[in-house]
Amino acid sequence: MVRIDAADVVVIGAGIIGAACAEALSAAGLRVLVLDRGAPAGGTTAGGEGNVLVSDKAPGPELDLAVASRRRWPELLESLRGELGDELVQVEWEPKGGLVVATDEDAVGPLRILAEAQREAGVEAVDTTAEAARAMEPHLAEDVHAAVHYPEDAQLQPVLATTALLAAVRARGGEVRGGTEVHGLVLDAAGTVGGVRLGDGTVSCGAVVNACGPWAGHFSVTVGAPIEVLPRRGAVLVTAPLPPVVVRRKVYAADYAAAVATPHVDLQVSAVVESTATGAVLIGSSRQRVGFDESLEVEVLRRLARSAIRLFPVLAGVPVMRTYGGFRPYTPDHLPVIGEDPRFPGLWHASGHEGAGIGLAPATGRLVADLMCGRQPEVDPFRFRVDRPEVIAEVRT
Amino acid sequence: MRVRFEGEEIEVEAGQTVAGVLLSKGIRSWRTTRGADRPRGLFCGIGVCFDCLVRVNGVPDVRACQRVVADGDDIRTQTGVELPS
Amino acid sequence: MRRVVVIGAGPAGMAAAREAAAHGVEVVLIDAAAKLGGQYHRQDALEPGDRFGSPVAPGSAEAALPEVEHVADATVWAIEPIDGGHRVHLRIGPADGPSRQGRAVEARAIVLATGAYDRALPFPGWDLPGVVTVGAAQALAKGQGVAVGDRVVVGGTGPFLLPAAVSLIRAGARVVEVAEANAAVTGWLTSPRGALAGWSKSGELARYAAALVRRRVPYRSRTAVVEAHGSEVVESVTLARLDARWTPIPGSERRVQADAVAVGFGFTPQSELALATRCRVSDGFVVVDAAQGTTAPGVFAAGELTGIGGADLAAAEGAVAGAAAAKYVGAAVEPPLRAMARVRSGRRFAAALAAAYPVRAGWHDWLRDDTIVCRCEEITKAALFRAVDDRDVGAARSLKLVSGVGLGLCQGRVCGQNAAELAGVDGTGFAKRPIASPVRLAELAEEEPIESPIDAEESGSPLGVEY
Ligand SMILES: Cc1cc2nc3c(=O)[nH]c(=O)nc-3n(C[C@H](O)[C@H](O)[C@H](O)COP(=O)(O)OP(=O)(O)OC[C@H]3O[C@@H](n4cnc5c(N)ncnc54)[C@H](O)[C@@H]3O)c2cc1C
Ligand SMILES: Cc1cc2nc3c(=O)[nH]c(=O)nc-3n(C[C@H](O)[C@H](O)[C@H](O)COP(=O)(O)OP(=O)(O)OC[C@H]3O[C@@H](n4cnc5c(N)ncnc54)[C@H](O)[C@@H]3O)c2cc1C
Ligand code: FES
Repeated sequence: MVRIDAADVVVIGAGIIGAACAEALSAAGLRVLVLDRGAPAGGTTAGGEGNVLVSDKAPGPELDLAVASRRRWPELLESLRGELGDELVQVEWEPKGGLVVATDEDAVGPLRILAEAQREAGVEAVDTTAEAARAMEPHLAEDVHAAVHYPEDAQLQPVLATTALLAAVRARGGEVRGGTEVHGLVLDAAGTVGGVRLGDGTVSCGAVVNACGPWAGHFSVTVGAPIEVLPRRGAVLVTAPLPPVVVRRKVYAADYAAAVATPHVDLQVSAVVESTATGAVLIGSSRQRVGFDESLEVEVLRRLARSAIRLFPVLAGVPVMRTYGGFRPYTPDHLPVIGEDPRFPGLWHASGHEGAGIGLAPATGRLVADLMCGRQPEVDPFRFRVDRPEVIAEVRT
Repeated sequence: MRVRFEGEEIEVEAGQTVAGVLLSKGIRSWRTTRGADRPRGLFCGIGVCFDCLVRVNGVPDVRACQRVVADGDDIRTQTGVELPS
Repeated sequence: MRRVVVIGAGPAGMAAAREAAAHGVEVVLIDAAAKLGGQYHRQDALEPGDRFGSPVAPGSAEAALPEVEHVADATVWAIEPIDGGHRVHLRIGPADGPSRQGRAVEARAIVLATGAYDRALPFPGWDLPGVVTVGAAQALAKGQGVAVGDRVVVGGTGPFLLPAAVSLIRAGARVVEVAEANAAVTGWLTSPRGALAGWSKSGELARYAAALVRRRVPYRSRTAVVEAHGSEVVESVTLARLDARWTPIPGSERRVQADAVAVGFGFTPQSELALATRCRVSDGFVVVDAAQGTTAPGVFAAGELTGIGGADLAAAEGAVAGAAAAKYVGAAVEPPLRAMARVRSGRRFAAALAAAYPVRAGWHDWLRDDTIVCRCEEITKAALFRAVDDRDVGAARSLKLVSGVGLGLCQGRVCGQNAAELAGVDGTGFAKRPIASPVRLAELAEEEPIESPIDAEESGSPLGVEY
């Protein structure tokens, strides 16, 4: 295996965002070194779910990125198939569609309004009656009021996807190194980034991408370029394997989008229910701002359980065998930070994707590569820029 | 005390586990796997392996080695994964 | 009233409960089984009454626990940190039943005494009905009076094979052979100066060995069951001689008729509750100080959870833990010096045991490409290696998610350590199971009554150890 001493780009963080950036950069012909202090794909990316959603976003820059990313995922996997072979691109990609359900009368109006706006933004959103929804999901609760079907919603397995992207980086002469923490940057006299500092030396490079997920804020502080990226905790319940027909699509209640968007610190719970390739059904997830506190809270699990039973009463008798979770990287305005840091030329950030990093990864990688290589980006980068007031904590003097 | 296994009545004693009852009747396997449809029965005997699953009174995923029989229990084999009825 | 919650009612948990109660603190002793005793003192479930429920000779390991609230048939499925202590969540009632009763008990001090379970190594055919662990054979024989087969081969490593073989014989089975994968240590095992001789004052092991000799049960060292044959159940097994690395010696294979196989290669601690309370573990075992205190304040651990050394050591550790926990909640406690001395000598035995009966890497050679490594998800060795070779797998979490091992209902309890060893990654992550035992979704959704200690503010001091 090659060991790189000097790279064109060093990507810090081998989560799905770092992997997607590294993949896109290596596809552009750059020599990329990906460093992670832990195991590759072992951070937030291994602690979430694999929803690739367009349904949960209101029109705006995030939806634009999501739509581009949703289009990109299958293309990307297809192009990697030729390069890596069939086995590696098996990432449990399932364009199964989503069904958003109004569980009470009050939710019907807002749900229909959101769907209308999303349609105008180019999303396929089909207004569906309660009867039609139950025909699509036979185990759905009797007393739902209305639903919207989003055929574009999809799912993949994040760790498989991330390891596939990293394999592509390696196949193109790049390197992925776990167990390697980046402690700082190497700067020249003009303040331009020329490398990274590791525990045992430095690696020189032309550019650095901070893809440290929920730790991106911490890393940015360490290197003197603070950005506001903070952790928002989430927990998921995993049931025992069930017959595949129990839950067919991704099904969630209409109040989910509100829970995602809320600025509140306290616990928000609205279940997204979906089946996985192993037959286990995932019930996710909660949203809570508690720093990096990992302690189990039974109340969180209880509310997830209730909200899942509300959608699928049949789940009441099913065993839950696990709970897991992670910390979503969030920014105060709920938009990712993607671009070069004007304070340190050569330092790039790609983080803050909150609960949508899996879905947004390929478009994020593409955007970083486009901007770095001076190509015309597919998505307008302006709203994701680093030096927006919500994100830059202080400007270097 | 009596229970039924696959519809057939079996005389049992208080304190017996489902696995204890089945093994004492010479029944070695009572579940099939989800993937390869292979037979399974007792393995760890103390509730950690989840290989000995049966359906008791309509509820699947019950560990036969842990479940103590109650009079009138309806015990059935479990085929792959099942939903509670 | 000051409260200590003890989880697990084996030798360690019973001793802890007894000791804590003797110091006047309220003790809640929780166990998943219907009767006290754990694995070693497993009671015949078919006999009426509870051997430990009525007074026996005071001071003996089997003395009753009158001052203790014993919550039977109760599974602890989660432990949650609260201010100044922990909240222990349990479900009480028929195992895996949908209508168990919920309860949550809060305490400033908890003693974890959840024991260990057999480690099973994979080999072709180990997924056939009729292949069981030594512990299963033991539990069914002692607790249910049933033998797991008529002609049984017992295999694995360690002295625990002997009592299992004897129990099988008592339950009516014919033990065809006992196959010990390591070199024989029976000589120095029973000799007065042998490290293992101090295991039990009564020379328990020697009695088991003698019983097997009387029955003419062959005991072969450097031998293992390397394959089980049969279509629906075990019909025969292949035994082979092993070299020092445990690689089968070509040409040494023998086919033996048997309808059951009981295997055990040491024990894996049941450490999920310890990990849930953030106790530090090393090599899978919970790290404790001289007072059985873990690295988590107010959490004590005793018994096989901290190391494998038999029931005597477990009971001694339990007594120390019980005293320390009582002191922690404010009782006046003298250091239990005698029990502490028993723990020290027991630990020496445990270390000798671990050194005499290691698991050696040659078992990897027993597997064929299509041998199942993960029983729940039916992941074969070839599939595991394919995932590991192609993808970045640096830890248990990613190993699970790329290969599928450990994703099933056992949550890696059976396969985790083996898969991690095959893949060359650290397997500790497999034991992280915040839900320690499955609960049904409706049980989880239900509000449970929470019992706070009546007097929460009183606080004690640790038992002569710094935290
Ligand atoms: C419960 C939950 C459910 C979710 N569900 C979904 C979903 O359904 N769909 C979706 O799209 N998204 C979902 N998400 C969000 C998604 O998981 C994240 O947005 C995404 O994984 C973030 O990826 P990342 O690469 O930015 O971060 P990570 O995966 O956390 O990667 C960052 C990496 O950086 C490394 N690192 C940090 N500091 C350093 C350093 N100094 N040096 C070297 N390495 C360092 C870390 O070790 C880590 O591996 C969910 C999240 C959670 C918690
Ligand atoms: C199946 C088996 C059989 C054995 N038989 C023998 C033998 O015959 N002779 C011998 O010398 N040694 C035997 N051993 C070794 C034996 O484990 C020790 O000698 C001794 O029993 C250890 O005592 P302990 O108190 O640490 O744990 P254990 O005796 O294992 O007790 C642990 C207790 O904790 C309970 N528990 C665990 N998790 C939970 C939870 N989440 N909620 C509620 N309760 C819980 C269990 O039900 C169990 O009763 C056996 C081991 C096993 C695994
Ligand atoms: S035999 Fe392992 S759980 Fe019952």
